[in-house]
Amino acid sequence: MAEKKIMLGNEAIARGAYEAGVKVSAAYPGTPSTEISESIVKYDEVYAEWSPNEKVAMEVAIGASISGVRAMASMKHVGVNVASDPLYTASYTGVGRGLVLVAADDPGLYSSQNEQDTRCVARAAQVPVLEPSDSQEAKDFMKFAFEMSEKYDTPVIVRTTTRLSHSQGMVVLEERQEVPDKPYERNIGKFVMMPGMAKGRHVYVEKRMEAMSEDGGGFFVNRAEYRDTSIGFITSGIPYQYVREVFPEASVLKLGMVNPLPRKMIEEFASKVDKLYIFEELEPVIEEQVKSWGIEAAGKEIFTRQGEYSANMLRRILLSEEVTEAQAAQVPARPPILCPGCPHRSVFSVLKKLKIHAAGDIGCYTLGAVAPLSVIDTTICMGASISSLHGMEMAKGKEYVKNWVAVIGDSTFMHTGVNSLMNTVYNQGTGTVIIVDNSTTGMTGHQDHAATGKTLKGKTVPAISIYHFCKAIGIEHVVEVDAFDLPLLEKVIQEETERDEVSVIITKAPCVLLKGNHFPDVCVPVPEKCKKCGACLKPGCPALTKKEDGSIAIDATMCNGCGLCMQLCPFDAIAKEPK
Amino acid sequence: MITKSIMIVGVGGQGTLLTSRILGGIMQEAGYDVKLSEVHGMAQRGGSVVTFVRYGEMVAEPIVEEGQADVLIAFERLEALRYAHFLKKDGVLIVNDWRIDPITVVTGAAEYPENIIDELGRKHKVYAIDAMKEALALGNSKTFNVIVLGAAAKHMDFAKEDWLKVIEKTVPSKTVEINQKAFLVGYES
Repeated sequence: MAEKKIMLGNEAIARGAYEAGVKVSAAYPGTPSTEISESIVKYDEVYAEWSPNEKVAMEVAIGASISGVRAMASMKHVGVNVASDPLYTASYTGVGRGLVLVAADDPGLYSSQNEQDTRCVARAAQVPVLEPSDSQEAKDFMKFAFEMSEKYDTPVIVRTTTRLSHSQGMVVLEERQEVPDKPYERNIGKFVMMPGMAKGRHVYVEKRMEAMSEDGGGFFVNRAEYRDTSIGFITSGIPYQYVREVFPEASVLKLGMVNPLPRKMIEEFASKVDKLYIFEELEPVIEEQVKSWGIEAAGKEIFTRQGEYSANMLRRILLSEEVTEAQAAQVPARPPILCPGCPHRSVFSVLKKLKIHAAGDIGCYTLGAVAPLSVIDTTICMGASISSLHGMEMAKGKEYVKNWVAVIGDSTFMHTGVNSLMNTVYNQGTGTVIIVDNSTTGMTGHQDHAATGKTLKGKTVPAISIYHFCKAIGIEHVVEVDAFDLPLLEKVIQEETERDEVSVIITKAPCVLLKGNHFPDVCVPVPEKCKKCGACLKPGCPALTKKEDGSIAIDATMCNGCGLCMQLCPFDAIAKEPK
Repeated sequence: MITKSIMIVGVGGQGTLLTSRILGGIMQEAGYDVKLSEVHGMAQRGGSVVTFVRYGEMVAEPIVEEGQADVLIAFERLEALRYAHFLKKDGVLIVNDWRIDPITVVTGAAEYPENIIDELGRKHKVYAIDAMKEALALGNSKTFNVIVLGAAAKHMDFAKEDWLKVIEKTVPSKTVEINQKAFLVGYES
């Protein structure tokens, strides 16, 4: 009997690529896509890497494909923006061997800065998109994606969403099929995209999209399920499951290929059902096309463009059901926070004390925007802290940014912060950049990067020195400080923000969740010395609570022993004890 | 069989993912179709986290919605209160009698509700366990979640021996013994 395994959607995607004979995989971590690379790295037959950003990852995959092997890149939806430059042109060149981009969208914004829909990018780039509905399909569709890529000479996007990527389901495992390398042949008409060649390829791209639309009715990923025809749904991905849950008797056109749309198949389905609904999360990508063909259907006028869908949503809207009698209790919110012992909290406590504003970036440290730290003023995208601070300075002058800094993590700095910093140097900005270096990509669950000295495959390599990089591009004032050395941090930040030259402060302390990184002690209150001033509570460490009498308690099961509270106490009312 | 729904709720960092792996394992062993849905990323940093587990002959939807949970396993009192309305009328709530203040309480913007377990007991079948105390007695505070799982397992349709087997398969080999012990502490509570 074939082996069956419970797999995360992301694990199944990796398994599908493995079984399809993929040889090269490149990615930058980003929720909800990260586990794809963390799974594929376990297969010895596949070369897998963390690239510094998604554009590089995409180009690595493109190069591998041109050289004649099956290759993939994976990233979160906003990573596709970074990779869109190579993607749009790879659409024209087509592939050598199969090329697949896995894009992970995040409807409901579980861990992202926007809710964009990759299908819109795919339409603009004119590349096909497959969208599985569960772990088994995630695996099967990946294999089909590689075949399709080669048959139609196109990169293929496999679109997943948080709910699919982070749900587990049963998957039947199959053997890996080795695919022979395609012999390389020089072909500048196909792989050198100068205007003369690109014109020709654009013609091909449109023919290819038409061919896939035409052939789509025969693809196994698209399936018309005829049951009761008084009501019919066109749907795809996870929303398909909600339709099946609530309307098990309804007819469903389940689209596995959501770009280009299999027009004939859709027209036939629409002609056979009385009332047609189009049920798709986020943008009305299917709906607008279907309606443009003169087909009547209900869609975004009743289903929202925002957030994640659910079965209860269908019940509420289409069955007018009151789905639950019990109302949610009114309870205090529990938003995410920096961990106990997080070095970012220490840096932010100093910025807060000095009343300095921060242009922020993407990472755990974004949490410094909210109370009680309230230090981060802006968060846009990867790398934007440094460049937006520079923009503020060019707009308002150098005095304006003397109570501002840019705050960016080490992994984000390697991703695109380097470009922004080169710009500040080149255009003679005077801003202060704090690189909060915790030796990892923290938020996504601790992935290595070019400055950690380890690869995805676990190989030890020379770490790129952030300090020497900054020096090499001509920054004179680069200071490394222990993130928990409060007096020195305060002094350095004051000096560097005052300076009429660009400067970089690298605050160093590894992420407290990194394996092997444990402080030896825990912090304990010394009640007889406590004056109940509350200084220790200011940075909002979750291990500390105020008791009814105003003194504090420290939860020994949560405290990581960083000693920030101890440093902040003016009365020595917190001590350290061995764990 | 009608699909059954279980929810595990807690605070990011409490180890909900291990518990859901054990749950998924036992359902697979029993030959059911299983879907689990988890939260990764930012919410794991001390936020409110939920894991959905559904099993039966054929499971479509991977999430559990309001009014549908047969069993709600809560690793913290406030989280039990937050998600109690996901329970079915005759659903069972297992709650770890433990308090973690959310940042909104720490900063004084909100108050931690009093008497949560009594309140919940008026509407639902509630079983409370001080799993942290039991875990510390076992000498490993991290095992509290498996203790809570043990307490919940009593209200599910799988044999004790099968649970112990799945734990052996799921957790790292070094921690099998302590996790099995912890499970039994909850199961026999």
